[in-house]
Amino acid sequence: MNTNSRFYPNLYKDSVSLMTVSAKVSAVPGIEAASVVMASATNVENLANAGLGEFEVRPNDLIVAVSGTDDACAEALKTADELLSAKAGGGEESAGAQQPVTSIQMAAAKDPAHNFALISVPGDYAAAEAMKALRLGMDVMLFSDNVPPESERALKLFAQQQNLMVMGPDCGTAIVNGVPLGFANVVRRGPIGIVGASGTGTQEVTVRIHQGGSGVSQALGTGGHDLAAAIGGISMLHGLKALDEDPDTKVIVLVSKPPAPDVAKAVLGAAEASVKPVVAIFLGADPDSITRNGVHGAAYLAQAADMAVALAKGEKPDRKPIPLTNDVQRKVKEVARAMASGQRCVRGIFSGGTFCFEAQLIHAAAGIPAYSNAPTAGNQKLTNVAKSLENTIIDMGDDEFTQGRPHPMIDPSLRDARIREEVADPTTAVILFDVVLGYGSAADPTAGLIGVIGTAKAKAQAEGRRVAFIGYVCGTDQDPQNRAAIIAALKSAGVFVASSNAEAATWSAAIISERKEATK
Amino acid sequence: MKSLFQQDLKVANVGLQGFADNIVAAGGQVTHLSWAPPAGADAALGWKLANLVGDKRIEEANRSAHERYLAAQPRLIDLILARDAMPGLTERRILHAGPPIAWADMCGPQQGAITGAILYEGWADSLEAAEEMAASGKVALEPCHHHGAVGPMAGIISPSMPVWVVENADRGNRAFCNLNEGLGKVLRFGANSPDVIERLRWLGGEFFTTMQAAVRGLADANLKPLMAQALHMGDELHNRNAAASALLFKRFTLALLKSKLDSAAVERALAFVAGNDHFFLNISMAACKAMTDAAHGVAGSSMVTVMARNGVNFGIRLSGTGDQWFQAPANPVDGLYFPGYTVEDAAADLGDSAITETNGLGGFAMAASPAIVQFVGGTPADATANSRRMLSITLGANPAFTLPPLNFGGTPAGIDARLVADCGVLPIINTGIAHKKAGVGQIGAGITTAPMSCFNDAIAALATSLEGGAA
Repeated sequence: MNTNSRFYPNLYKDSVSLMTVSAKVSAVPGIEAASVVMASATNVENLANAGLGEFEVRPNDLIVAVSGTDDACAEALKTADELLSAKAGGGEESAGAQQPVTSIQMAAAKDPAHNFALISVPGDYAAAEAMKALRLGMDVMLFSDNVPPESERALKLFAQQQNLMVMGPDCGTAIVNGVPLGFANVVRRGPIGIVGASGTGTQEVTVRIHQGGSGVSQALGTGGHDLAAAIGGISMLHGLKALDEDPDTKVIVLVSKPPAPDVAKAVLGAAEASVKPVVAIFLGADPDSITRNGVHGAAYLAQAADMAVALAKGEKPDRKPIPLTNDVQRKVKEVARAMASGQRCVRGIFSGGTFCFEAQLIHAAAGIPAYSNAPTAGNQKLTNVAKSLENTIIDMGDDEFTQGRPHPMIDPSLRDARIREEVADPTTAVILFDVVLGYGSAADPTAGLIGVIGTAKAKAQAEGRRVAFIGYVCGTDQDPQNRAAIIAALKSAGVFVASSNAEAATWSAAIISERKEATK
Repeated sequence: MKSLFQQDLKVANVGLQGFADNIVAAGGQVTHLSWAPPAGADAALGWKLANLVGDKRIEEANRSAHERYLAAQPRLIDLILARDAMPGLTERRILHAGPPIAWADMCGPQQGAITGAILYEGWADSLEAAEEMAASGKVALEPCHHHGAVGPMAGIISPSMPVWVVENADRGNRAFCNLNEGLGKVLRFGANSPDVIERLRWLGGEFFTTMQAAVRGLADANLKPLMAQALHMGDELHNRNAAASALLFKRFTLALLKSKLDSAAVERALAFVAGNDHFFLNISMAACKAMTDAAHGVAGSSMVTVMARNGVNFGIRLSGTGDQWFQAPANPVDGLYFPGYTVEDAAADLGDSAITETNGLGGFAMAASPAIVQFVGGTPADATANSRRMLSITLGANPAFTLPPLNFGGTPAGIDARLVADCGVLPIINTGIAHKKAGVGQIGAGITTAPMSCFNDAIAALATSLEGGAA
């Protein structure tokens, strides 16, 4: 161990600068101790105490003293010399110039123009973020789920007082002022406003409106619990009123599963009082039972959209059934006839919860009950969601499939694997599925599916079975994904591609009915 | 919602980054937050905190507290003995820095300083006897803050020590701080050797008499303009007081020249002041205490009026929660050490000097004093960024104290505990580092932060105090 040192006569540096240099010199490998100080009486004493050597007191001179190996000492003195002779000024760019925005309050303070909060943090914290946004005067979309019902109620009551809207919790989609929020399709702006309690239900309506040549003023969500008795439809009533007062909205569509009876009454009452025509669909409710003066009940999602488009054009909102043309009927018979004797079941594998719900309703209406992880009234709950029984129509976006995994709209690989399994089942006659496009969804949602269908189908054929694949692509030509290419690829893989979820389910039900006849 | 339809949508996105990317891709406006669960990830407390955002009672209380703070006019009016300044400082009573702490729990420097103060007072004639006296509870130990006082590092004030008297001319409240003894072996770092006590005796004798005359003869006792000027001369008035000390020296010199005191005594006193670039620190602290005390005691206010450390715990007080302390173990100091010392030798963060940050100076005014940021290897740009960052946790800026690098914007002042708990930005504190053994003295300096849980606890208490009504 050696010591080495060097004086710099009449070089003054402030103590903080020198401590910085000391720290860097001390960091030279092989250095035991290092000090760069003005050679004042106190400092010289400190150097001696630190074992760096005995020095003369020269208060106007700077001293570098180091201890360590010979080489390290030489290196350290060189380092010190470089640092001490560095030119003033300049210096590196600062990393801290842009400070991160870590709270909604900070965002609001930075730019008071923030008027909306989109919240997708874990459910434990989501309500608090929403409350802060509301208290700062922002409308809120709460994508997060697992928000306690009492928090939802507190948020919505507070929002009501402030004339603000809480979309959610568990609100998956919205289009506000033309901006897609969460999972949302790119649709034309236009005269039809939507308030929806079900995410893919709202997506289906917006997409269908776009395809019908019309457009959407606003698509507002309420979250799935809003129309329960505990909440009382606060958000839906707010959204309805906002659209009623919005000069750009000419027609309003309400989308929900059947609400609690009192809530249904309140919502339909408000819809009837609205100055604008309203199309209401409470999936599973008899359309006549929800028709009022100026309120037009619809039976399924695409129908609701078609009725709204008609109303927007000033036409009569006819409740047209799903067309089962002669061509389709012929095709259905042909497909059914080609099946093996044991093939009798539909297996509906969905990523959109409302699509799963609507498909069950359409099958049930055709006398085809089904098992499901999310059964509609009259259908049976599947005890083991991993294993289908007879007719099974499942929502793979539901909690039991998404614990710790991405939603199948984001990552469809689990859904693809399930389809492969279902095709291998000798009782399967029809595979019914959805592909949801738009912002938030996978960039190429059928990348794996096309291959799965190809190999599964070939395998079934080798075993003497012909399985019918019926799919629906929910999306528009303006979505980030290439809708036309996806449909073409599905068709060339032998998939029957329907123009709406309801149509796909109707085709499926027709084939299953044929098979029921055939296997009687 | 309706009014939103007529505005440009500007989204604050909290959670999935992909949603923000989509909004951008669709041509919308969005700010994506670097979010982390607030309030120490305690969801129940987070909900309470959320309900305090924009609470009209708190907003009103904070406005009132902040106005009082901004209106404060600290004046250096006297130097008197502590027992004459503070009615509560009766015999056998010693004040210390930070929140309350028992003798047995104190860090080395604080114990050493208390022992020294007992010797200085003559209550015991040996170190052992003095320690025995303190340990047996024969001397009452209380925080300076309980008596309107502050003290740097150990922060020891005993009845016979002289204290600066700073009065807020706006409201008449007074604050006190002891004398700065200089660097090296000093009482505030726990040193209590005979030379230390000897210096204290001189400070309490000839120096006291001289400086009392100087203070009483000051042509201008206003401290705010002097401090504002020092900020423009490179001080942040906590770790750097060179400019303010020089400015005060000018004022004292003129006052003393007019006095009829013995010129040798005047020379010794002025030499002592001139030899200590930190001389002004204790006056800065008293001024800060007078200003933040003006804001204290407004029911419902979430403004922080005290931040102080006792060498073990960091404690804060809010304007709206009265005498309650909210404490947590002090955070480590990120700093540079004098030759021969390392982080192993360091005592935990110590002293009442964080009153300067509470008042918007020190770490909050780092932009004024780029030299200080080098303690953690930063750049002048980092110093400016630090001051800007503090603006995100304060009720506003103090127009009386401006920062040239912030385009002469005011110092960030009036910490709102709600903002700290919500955004996770911790108050920055510039600090000296004491050796953990009594009497070694200062071994470095650096930057630390106030611990988050103090603010979380304070928010919980404020929420409780407001229960029974909402606004």
